[in-house]
Amino acid sequence: MLMLECPYCGVTADETELSPGGEAHLTRFGPGASDDEFHDYLFMRENPKGVHFERWRHAYGCGKWFHAARATDTLEVFGTYPAQTTKPPQEILDKISAKRPGWTWRDLK
Amino acid sequence: MSTRLSTHGRLIDRSQTIKFTFNGKWMRGHPGDTLASALLANDQMLVGRSFKYHRPRGIVASGAEEPNALVNMGKGPTFEPNQRATTTELFDGLTATSQNHWPSLEFDVGEINASLSRFLPAGFYYKTFMYPRAFWKHVYEPFIRQSAGLGQAPKDRDADTYEHFYAFTDILVIGGGVAGLQAAKAAADSGAKVLLVEQSSAWGGRAMVDQVDSETVNDTPVDKFVEEITAELAAMPNVTMRLRMMGAGVYDHGYVLAYERLNDHQPDADGPRHRLWRIRAKQTITATGAIERPLSFAGNDVPGVMLASAVRDYVVNFGVSPGDRTVIATNNDDAYLTAIILKKAGLDVPRIIDARPEGGGALMEEAKALGIRVDLGRAIAKVKGSRRVTKVQICNQAGEGGVLDEVACDAVAMSGGWSPVVHLWSHCGGKLLWDEGHAMFRPDGDNPPRGASGEGFVRCAGIANGAMDLAAVIADAHEAGKAAAKEAGFTPKRSKAPAATSRADAALLPVWLMPQGAKTELRAKSWLDFQNDVKVTDVQLAAREGFESVEHTKRYTTLGMATDQGKLSNINGLAILSDALGQPIPATGTTTFRPPYTPISMGAIAGEARGEVFQPIRRTPMHDWHDANGADWEPVGHWRRPYAFVRPGESVEAAVMREVTNTRESIGLLDASTLGKLIVKGPDAGRFLDMLYTNMMSTLKPGRCRYGLMCTENGFLTDDGVVARIDEDTFLCHTTTGGADRIHAHMEEWLQTEWWDWKVYVANVTEQYAQVAVVGPKARKLLEKLGGMDVSADELPFMGWADGTIGGFACRVYRISFSGELSFEIAVKASDGQAFWDALMEAGSEFGIQPYGTECLHIMRAEKGFIMIGDETDGTVIPQDLGLDWAISKKKEDYLGKRAQERSHMTDPNRWKLVGLETVDGSVLPDGAYAVGPGKNANGQRNMIGRVTSTYHSPTLGRGIAMGLVQHGPDRMGEVLEFPGTDGKTYKAKIVSPIFYDPEGEKQNV
Ligand SMILES: [Zn+2]
Repeated sequence: MLMLECPYCGVTADETELSPGGEAHLTRFGPGASDDEFHDYLFMRENPKGVHFERWRHAYGCGKWFHAARATDTLEVFGTYPAQTTKPPQEILDKISAKRPGWTWRDLK
Repeated sequence: MSTRLSTHGRLIDRSQTIKFTFNGKWMRGHPGDTLASALLANDQMLVGRSFKYHRPRGIVASGAEEPNALVNMGKGPTFEPNQRATTTELFDGLTATSQNHWPSLEFDVGEINASLSRFLPAGFYYKTFMYPRAFWKHVYEPFIRQSAGLGQAPKDRDADTYEHFYAFTDILVIGGGVAGLQAAKAAADSGAKVLLVEQSSAWGGRAMVDQVDSETVNDTPVDKFVEEITAELAAMPNVTMRLRMMGAGVYDHGYVLAYERLNDHQPDADGPRHRLWRIRAKQTITATGAIERPLSFAGNDVPGVMLASAVRDYVVNFGVSPGDRTVIATNNDDAYLTAIILKKAGLDVPRIIDARPEGGGALMEEAKALGIRVDLGRAIAKVKGSRRVTKVQICNQAGEGGVLDEVACDAVAMSGGWSPVVHLWSHCGGKLLWDEGHAMFRPDGDNPPRGASGEGFVRCAGIANGAMDLAAVIADAHEAGKAAAKEAGFTPKRSKAPAATSRADAALLPVWLMPQGAKTELRAKSWLDFQNDVKVTDVQLAAREGFESVEHTKRYTTLGMATDQGKLSNINGLAILSDALGQPIPATGTTTFRPPYTPISMGAIAGEARGEVFQPIRRTPMHDWHDANGADWEPVGHWRRPYAFVRPGESVEAAVMREVTNTRESIGLLDASTLGKLIVKGPDAGRFLDMLYTNMMSTLKPGRCRYGLMCTENGFLTDDGVVARIDEDTFLCHTTTGGADRIHAHMEEWLQTEWWDWKVYVANVTEQYAQVAVVGPKARKLLEKLGGMDVSADELPFMGWADGTIGGFACRVYRISFSGELSFEIAVKASDGQAFWDALMEAGSEFGIQPYGTECLHIMRAEKGFIMIGDETDGTVIPQDLGLDWAISKKKEDYLGKRAQERSHMTDPNRWKLVGLETVDGSVLPDGAYAVGPGKNANGQRNMIGRVTSTYHSPTLGRGIAMGLVQHGPDRMGEVLEFPGTDGKTYKAKIVSPIFYDPEGEKQNV
């Protein structure tokens, strides 16, 4: 069971306190979007063995959504950060680069 | 025969005798015995039958790896099947029975299977039970049912109690042998908090049997060393020690489950029987030792053939000799210890059969000096005997099994080498290395399970880490303890590991089959998996049939799939597979190690969560009144709601019909408190609700209500309910009973993760209010009688709401109707709920007031053609399917689900659409029945063109009514469809409007 630190309340929360919310940093497509754009928004997800950005909610704690940068293969956590952003903070990207040179995720590297 | 010796038995108390029964026969043992040692002391070697062939099976091992000695324990409420006799401590009055036999252990009808064994090869489940089809019912199914499963399921409710325990520690040490003790000491010396657990009832592990006479730590005999270090640890305030507690599983980020058996050995004691520990440890050390491997020779499953280490365990620990004349078969030095211990105990060891042409080291010389004959380069060709070993036939290991010699004996002690217990290391991703010298997998220290920091959080110590002699074990454990302490943030003491002696063993010879070139008839009697009856030939056949993956071979042959999870069989099995595939063992790899290490009780998993505390029940303020007034309860989410209020002597169905008629004709009262109530507030609240609902909510005027639909982003209808605008910035959104928490979370998700700059707050106030629906033609009369606010049609019109008082209760009244009748839904403070309900009931008696339940509500809404989330919707239905286009704003540019509802499949004219269904004969359509159309689909099945979503008997109309989704339904009014039922009958129903009652809405709008 994973442990993630909620960036809002500072609690290092056990997975039983959290609910997962799938991939982070999706761009919403609505009316006016092409069929392909909308299809990709609804269904296409990364499935990396390695660095991944996810959404979590501190459901049985403060109730806030946050993001986690995590390795799916080793379960290493590079950091958590508030959900009110469209891309990961630079310091987390730097930390990942230091630990995993050459990593990529969507258009991030 | 097997019997109690007059010497040895370090774990038993000979001064006391206790009695127990096995298959109804009274036997005697001593405190400290396991059930297995006590059975052997009573010459009960035969303990069970194998799974497939029902072959007689005896005790093989002395610990958790035992595959055969599984028994039923206890009676009635304490009955439990599949208990391992080798890890069951004996207590006075224990009752055990053997499993998997009929009619008796000694004479088993199923044993006939054995003579049919060549018809039951690997994969026989897939091959044998195919054709002819007619055989299924009368031949195959009874056979499989009779053969499937071990033991019996308990029939009574478990009388014992269980609990969960949460523990946090710096370092967890699993295993209380010399390695675990030394690792715990080295870790604890740093000041770290240490939890040390041992699955058995004694500290010291194998060293107390194997090294106690011959070897030393710090020039102290091993038993003395164990005594001292145990006392030192017990005196340290930062150390917690637990016996009878097994590390069961290692999970992500340092989470470990451990299983403590508190009272299995003292069933009359107070307190829980088992305790499941949920541990968070910064570092975990697994000092879990090793398990000896059997050798694969013909007849290695005959009762009396045991692991060599188990034979000496029974002698040293329990003073029990498994046999009078024991032949040793080995490929390594370790088994010589057994010969030496047996000989010194005055027992006969007629022969040591060592597969190695050069034999062993110092231990071999010691055995020879005791006068034991050692045959080198030899193998067991075959063990003779059926219910007990009678003799062994000896051949050359290098040959095909030509018999050179025969030795009479009643036991065989075998050793194929040792496999470190790497299970816990592997559970969370620790990798393994193949150790060529010892022919075993051991942990790869460079690839441990990793925690959140990216560093390893498990390390192995001692034999579990591949350290094979005492000096290496102590040194390895010492370093592991210090390293774990450092990793956990402590400063280990500068100290050297205690010096220990080490045995100079000769090298082991990997022997996966005995003899090496064994003929088919021998291989077909060489067992790999004793419990599941998998032989060498089965694995070889699987390989010939193309099973190359070890995971596939496991499932095809069932190797390692029994309750022992292949603790004895796996390495031997994959060695045979590797040989058949012509590849080295590491290229084949192991199957996945999954928790728990050994089975743990369902009771321990459940803990306290049973009965009333299994799941908390949500109760409305009027719950107790309902209960006292005939409520037939129905679970709705975590709530309990009255399905109907049943009067004495009345059936539930009759109560429902009465409630509908009474509500339609005079007045009914519904406890609607469970409906979700979400306050949405802020300058952007209207804009936000416009995105959440398909309707336009921002144009709703304060004081008015609007029915709204909510969809998910993929267009499907997820919830519905009435929204009331309280003021410019505030809305109150009603949700379904089961939907309140989910919709609250849905709103929070969109607010926090997409529109975080919008100024809106959401609060779930569901439980702050009691809400009562006052429904029926006399509803207004009742409220006027109670007095207070003006509830006239002019002042409070349909779909309006107002704050005020009624009968002295401060309340908010919504003029909304889910029944089609004149209806007021009245919310009061939760604390006023019962008093308000009482006031309504009392004042309403002159109008014939009656409470009604959820089924009455359902019937009334179905009569009106109102949809119900979860009946008309199932996660694949969009509002357009339900004819709810009127509730979808055409003006809005966007709402959740709008783009999805434009996708081609969503606009397909062939989608099934909502209609009413009226049976031709007035009967009730079966719920969920499908309508069939002409022709067949690509699979040769009848085409389906619709299904029933809601179906009831309507007392108002005196007939069955239903709603359903039908292809082109609204264009097919009047058409009669056929619905085949599961009862063999075909129901005919006419497509009609879904609004059966008061289509103009005259009754609710008065
Ligand atoms: Zn939090």
